[in-house]
Amino acid sequence: MVGVNRWRKRGDRDMTNSSLVIKNLHVSVSGKPILKGINLEILPGEVHVVMGPNGSGKSTLSYALMGHPEYEVTEGEVTLDGKDMLALPSWQRAQAGLFLCLQHPIEVPGVTLESVLTESARAAGRETSTIKKQMLEEAESIGFEEKLLERPMNVDLSGGEKKRNETLQLGVLSARYAVLDEIDSGLDVDALAAVSQRIQGFTHDQNLGVLAITHFSRLLEVLEPDKIHILNDGCIQLTGGPELVNQLEEEGYQVLLGN
Amino acid sequence: MASSNLEGFTADISKSLSGPEWLSEIRNKAYSDLDQVEAPDTEEEVWRYSRVNELKLSELTPNSKRPENLTSLPIDRFSSSSATVVLQDGWISDITIEKEAEEAGVIICPVGDLEDGAKYFGAVLEKPVDLFGYLNRAFGPEPLVVVVPQGTVIKDPIVIVSLTDTNEAVFPRIMVHCEDNSEVKVVEIQTSSNAEAVISPVLEVTVGRAARYSHCVVQNLGAETWQFAHQVVDAGKDASAEFYIAGIGGEYVRTRTDCRLTGRGAFSRINAAYFGEDDQTMDFRTFQDHISSDTTSDLLFKGALADSSRSIYSGLTKIRPEASRTRANQTNRNIKLDPEAWAESIPNLEIENNDVVCSHASTVSPVDEDELFYIESRGVPTSVAERLILEGFFNEIISSFPVQEVSAILQEAIVGKLDRRTLNQSEQQL
Repeated sequence: MVGVNRWRKRGDRDMTNSSLVIKNLHVSVSGKPILKGINLEILPGEVHVVMGPNGSGKSTLSYALMGHPEYEVTEGEVTLDGKDMLALPSWQRAQAGLFLCLQHPIEVPGVTLESVLTESARAAGRETSTIKKQMLEEAESIGFEEKLLERPMNVDLSGGEKKRNETLQLGVLSARYAVLDEIDSGLDVDALAAVSQRIQGFTHDQNLGVLAITHFSRLLEVLEPDKIHILNDGCIQLTGGPELVNQLEEEGYQVLLGN
Repeated sequence: MASSNLEGFTADISKSLSGPEWLSEIRNKAYSDLDQVEAPDTEEEVWRYSRVNELKLSELTPNSKRPENLTSLPIDRFSSSSATVVLQDGWISDITIEKEAEEAGVIICPVGDLEDGAKYFGAVLEKPVDLFGYLNRAFGPEPLVVVVPQGTVIKDPIVIVSLTDTNEAVFPRIMVHCEDNSEVKVVEIQTSSNAEAVISPVLEVTVGRAARYSHCVVQNLGAETWQFAHQVVDAGKDASAEFYIAGIGGEYVRTRTDCRLTGRGAFSRINAAYFGEDDQTMDFRTFQDHISSDTTSDLLFKGALADSSRSIYSGLTKIRPEASRTRANQTNRNIKLDPEAWAESIPNLEIENNDVVCSHASTVSPVDEDELFYIESRGVPTSVAERLILEGFFNEIISSFPVQEVSAILQEAIVGKLDRRTLNQSEQQL
């Protein structure tokens, strides 16, 4: 497959000098500080998992990285291959290779996925005539019904279909770093397997770097994490290997964080 | 009293207009009634938010002469039509009826050509509702009448092109009569040169028992033209009356649409899309009047306002005491694209029967921030994302239009306005 070769080649290059770096990130929402100094470095192909209790700031991290206007970065840096992400509008962050899988994908009446992905490719100076074909291929690989592609974005899709749709977009846009905001929440077993296997495939074949925000360990049965970070009260309070997940399941956040 | 402002609207001009005797009598009566008609004022609820106070009636004169030269017609894109009518400055200047419609007995002519023409005048609008209605009666040239015989189904639309190329006051009048169980679509294309005309068109439609009528208005007037339109439909038993309005041009354009559901089981729909730019004002007033039981009305108005343009939507759904089992819906959505743009939305319900299902909703807001963020987060530049959302916003209305060519005209007009907007935005960034 031509695509695979292309990806391998880019992956090789990425391995040498690419990274997504978050340094001392402080974020406020409506003037209230939510994130109070986050530090993370993600390399191509790595899977980092951020877990934490409700209200710890997990979703804030994902929205701030992508530049949602309601999330105000008050201090810190975010760079992708050394490029300052915080200076860029959301769409340029996406063009630089950052992708956000939303916890609750937005319904956009009257706007088709194909038009959005076509405009994205056009802005990147990429070929637009192959978008539909790529969409169909991605849809097939994650079991997203072809007829649903005709619908306006996320309108009348079930929770599982929305997450498959997000994963499909991740594939077509050939992102380099994906922030997955609770992509597993509300997914049935089949959808979870399809989505997580596809993302695991991206990390393996295309060196996709992943920052997965989740409440549950079941996502990690397929997705192989390199590091687990525990987010609490706006800070990463503990970082460890995959074994941290089991420890967390047994002890809970309170004990693990020594409260 | 309005007459003090109306020096240019003389009895001589009213009397000079051609037509049958009964029409002259109607004009005379309307002219003498002008003394009693109050000039519209924004202090009145029906004129609130309008720009009627800016109108200098004293500087206006009514158009009184049939135009001689026919200007080119913007109707090329209608691949098929049952008939084509041209009104120029309100005067009927051409009528072409295709064979099929003619053989089916469809009548399209100046009202004076019919022996019983008088019965169509004021059949729905017994009495004018405002000064512009009176002026239309007193100064309108001979009206056009369309009669669709009982049981006749006309597949292709009747296209009426109304061209205005004068700086005077213009008063077109169209009367449509759909007999029982007939079906027809009328497309009305309103255009004007850049003239500072003031157009007050009246449309009266009667839809007989179980008849189906659709009327599409493409309002594409010139940038300096004003319009005060009144369209009224009366729907009989099990009849269906649908209005589709594309609000594109004009400086100040007011469209009042009244749907009178007089027959049991009657249905009405009014869908409108409007897109204001520069300092355009789009002013819509609607009246869904449920007179009989088991009647249904549906209304969806969607507008976008750019630059310092303005829109007004004010609508009343009235459920009369006899109108049991009524269903009525009224929705108005506005997207305000710029800080100086302004939209007013006033949906009203007046319910005098307790066995009804009614809803109304209205919004005025900028482009949804979350929708914009979501599309941008896929790598789509902000201005393009905004365009996609706006095209999607209008798509619901565009796709509802029953005549494909009209949908295409509206779509093209919206794309044209969005192109100008994109161009302006990129110029500002330079």
